[in-house]
Amino acid sequence: MGEIYKTDALIAEDITAYLDSHQHKTMLRFITCGSVDDGKSTLIGRLLYDSKMIFEDQLATLEADSKRMGTQGEAIDFALLVDGLAAEREQGITIDVAYRFFATEKRKFIVADTPGHEQYTRNMVTGASTADLAVILIDARKGVLTQTRRHSYLAHLLGIRHLVLAVNKMDLVGYDRAVFDQIVTAYRAFADSIGIAGFTPIPLSGLAGDNITSRSAAMPWYDGPVLLEHLERVELDQTADQGKPFRMPVQWVNRPNLDFRGFAGTITSGSICTGEDIRVLPSGKTTKIARIVALGGDLERAVAGQAVTLCFEDEIDCSRGQVITAAQSPVEVADQFEASIIWMDEDTLVPGRAYWLKLGAQTVSATVAQPKYQINVNTMEHLAAKTLDLNAIGVATITTDRDIPFAPYTDSRDLGGFILIDKMTNRTVGAGLIHFALRRAQNIHWQATDISRDHHAAMKNQKPMVLWLTGLSGSGKSTIANLVEKKLARMNRHTFLLDGDNVRHGLNKDLGFTDADRVENIRRVGEVAKLMADAGLIVITAFISPFRSEREMVRAMLQPGEFVEVFIDTPLEEAEARDVKGLYAKARAGQLRNFTGIDSPYEAPETPHIRIDTTMISAQEAAEMIVSKLIP
Amino acid sequence: MSIITLTHLQRLEAEAIHIMREVVSEAEKPVMLYSVGKDSAVMLHLARKAFYPAPPPFPLLHVDTTWKFRAMYDMRERAARNAGMQLLVHQNPDAIRQGINPFDHGSLHTDMWKTEGLKQALDLHGFDAAFGGARRDEEKSRAKERVFSFRTASHRWDPKNQRPELWRVYNARKIKGESMRVFPISNWTELDIWQYIHLENIEIVPLYYAAERPTVYHNGLLLMVDDDRFPLNGEKPVMRSVRFRTLGCYPLTGAVESRATTLPQIIQEMLLTTTSERQGRAIDHDQSASMEKKKQEGYF
Repeated sequence: MGEIYKTDALIAEDITAYLDSHQHKTMLRFITCGSVDDGKSTLIGRLLYDSKMIFEDQLATLEADSKRMGTQGEAIDFALLVDGLAAEREQGITIDVAYRFFATEKRKFIVADTPGHEQYTRNMVTGASTADLAVILIDARKGVLTQTRRHSYLAHLLGIRHLVLAVNKMDLVGYDRAVFDQIVTAYRAFADSIGIAGFTPIPLSGLAGDNITSRSAAMPWYDGPVLLEHLERVELDQTADQGKPFRMPVQWVNRPNLDFRGFAGTITSGSICTGEDIRVLPSGKTTKIARIVALGGDLERAVAGQAVTLCFEDEIDCSRGQVITAAQSPVEVADQFEASIIWMDEDTLVPGRAYWLKLGAQTVSATVAQPKYQINVNTMEHLAAKTLDLNAIGVATITTDRDIPFAPYTDSRDLGGFILIDKMTNRTVGAGLIHFALRRAQNIHWQATDISRDHHAAMKNQKPMVLWLTGLSGSGKSTIANLVEKKLARMNRHTFLLDGDNVRHGLNKDLGFTDADRVENIRRVGEVAKLMADAGLIVITAFISPFRSEREMVRAMLQPGEFVEVFIDTPLEEAEARDVKGLYAKARAGQLRNFTGIDSPYEAPETPHIRIDTTMISAQEAAEMIVSKLIP
Repeated sequence: MSIITLTHLQRLEAEAIHIMREVVSEAEKPVMLYSVGKDSAVMLHLARKAFYPAPPPFPLLHVDTTWKFRAMYDMRERAARNAGMQLLVHQNPDAIRQGINPFDHGSLHTDMWKTEGLKQALDLHGFDAAFGGARRDEEKSRAKERVFSFRTASHRWDPKNQRPELWRVYNARKIKGESMRVFPISNWTELDIWQYIHLENIEIVPLYYAAERPTVYHNGLLLMVDDDRFPLNGEKPVMRSVRFRTLGCYPLTGAVESRATTLPQIIQEMLLTTTSERQGRAIDHDQSASMEKKKQEGYF
């Protein structure tokens, strides 16, 4: 075994040689998985300590903190070194993902330190997403536990190719080989069952320092690599990715003047040379690479992991979000996928709702269907699911509003991994891993019709539109909508009124009042309204439509300017006082669930086209006001 | 085709460039905070690489305290000019009016000039994304900082409400009024910074190299008497061969005695020394987790 750390004497003697070797280090990112009791923080603390990433003043603080907390008696508590934020230091648990750094003579390491409890699945997924390797910690006294299976499953799901089974606290089981062998056998059976191809088991002790940097004298029976030796040798993803076909998502178009047009991005796989043929997706256009531009001189060749600027020989269209690929092996393009979804937000997934989906450099609008199943991360069982809660993992169909170039996640983390962003809060609410496309773009054709929507509208001599009335139950939507339609009819306008209650007796009679059903209700009504608008009609709708995102979804379905949002603004107290259908009384009595305004929220429009304050004007006046705004 | 194994510095460089391009693509009005120190020098160099042959498509912003070393002011103008970038300098007018200084006002000095000054400058220009050179290895609470760190309209940082960051996919969406601080060199260590400066031949303020400088001991820190605002109270500055490991306001930045006049010598000293980087700054000493508190209040 080579030298893991240089001594101070060598650094002092020949700094130039030291710098030269440091300059040629590679970088490995890994994640440590385990719970508080597995000694994870202690292990990381030791790695930092041994590689001299702790300075004297930090050590002084650490010693003082160790004494104050008293967890390890008078000895240093390495865990205190890695537990960062004040709140969690007091609770004694690691809540978030923390990144630590240390280096040996051969490699620099970035460690993602994440908590192990099930309620922190999202944190572990985050840490695993960038890791080449996972260290799965096991307490030798406890063996393979539920959490071991969960951690291994998540690491495997996120595409980590190298797993280390670190059987920790060997000092507490008398360094007994039989204990170690038993754990490895049990783990192997589990690993095989979920498709983990291989793993490296290492018996060690973080506290005592066995088999971490140097071979343990207490375990002469172990002849495999010690932990750091293995971490220094394992093949990097960056190296493996170079063997795959060339792909680069375009991040930014560099156009400082009319003479230069470069496409900037990070190469996700393969390599590229000047003169090679490339293809831009989704357009499919091809050209050759003219230059690989860099400050300090052009490059001849660039490889996976490098951030570069490419120039083409021909002026073909290419913009942010598109993907440059090897001409002969392009990626697929599709707008519907099956994917694993990891939910990361307190607000549960709403199937059918539009979220932003960001994959590579492209951001598109996407909906997630009701999950096919949810996975119990402890037993790997498939469970039926209508939605996904925080930390839940499921498999579902994703539909995007346009074609996107992609690759299955198992081929490419960069082109197969995406995040979902809530359109209202802008929070990152989920992560997804594409399995495969369900509908390839080249198979979809819109049936072209000879009588266009403009023709339909022209025959009716009107501008089609959708008047979308939204407001609480009992606000007066249906009454006002009915009056508006009567007025328009008198003006010889061709109209149709879609009313919430009526639609629920037919088209939507299979839907209830959960958030997910409400979304689907509005989606269907939106699609129907769109068809009617295409037919040239003025559509009036009267639906509570409590969520901003669904009203936004309908707006996006229609032609620009066609969607007219009318807010029938009646305060809750007023609507409840009227209670025409007696529904509020039932809801208050607990006989009606998910009733808007009572136990389900109403998100008022922020900037409606028309706002009707029913406490100030009558239904007749409201109808007149709406019509006069539409047809001046 | 032969495999090219990228070194850790090449990968860190690529990561930083990727982050900078992402911000420029998604933010409306980005700015790069420029403090004239070595981390800023590396950031500026990375920005030039990221957008070459175009100049970096954002200005530099120096939140000034009027108490920086004179050599830093010289460097500031030159660096912006060489990069072809606009340099904005902000000095908190309230701090000017009240004559806030590090000798008389203690932590109020940092609070008014830096924390308040930064908020004022961002609001004044309407910047929605500010690049900063903070690194995760600097201090414990920073180990958990995201690369894209969101701040409320009042610039507060909420450690409990940060977005998960997966792969190389960054969520830069925000509501009007919110802003983000972006840290492209989060994963660099102090050694990486020095090594990169050495490899790429990046110009840094001469104060990082040892030279004979007039110094006095003040509250346990070895300080350089950089101008005549230093209240000497009869004390006579002593010429010592010193250099600085970090640069800030000269009355708050401790020097170390050193003979290192080249980068390899500096790196050598750094590797052999056992005192961490922020030790030279007076700001962190008061209490453990003090940086976390400062961050919540809006300090970078």
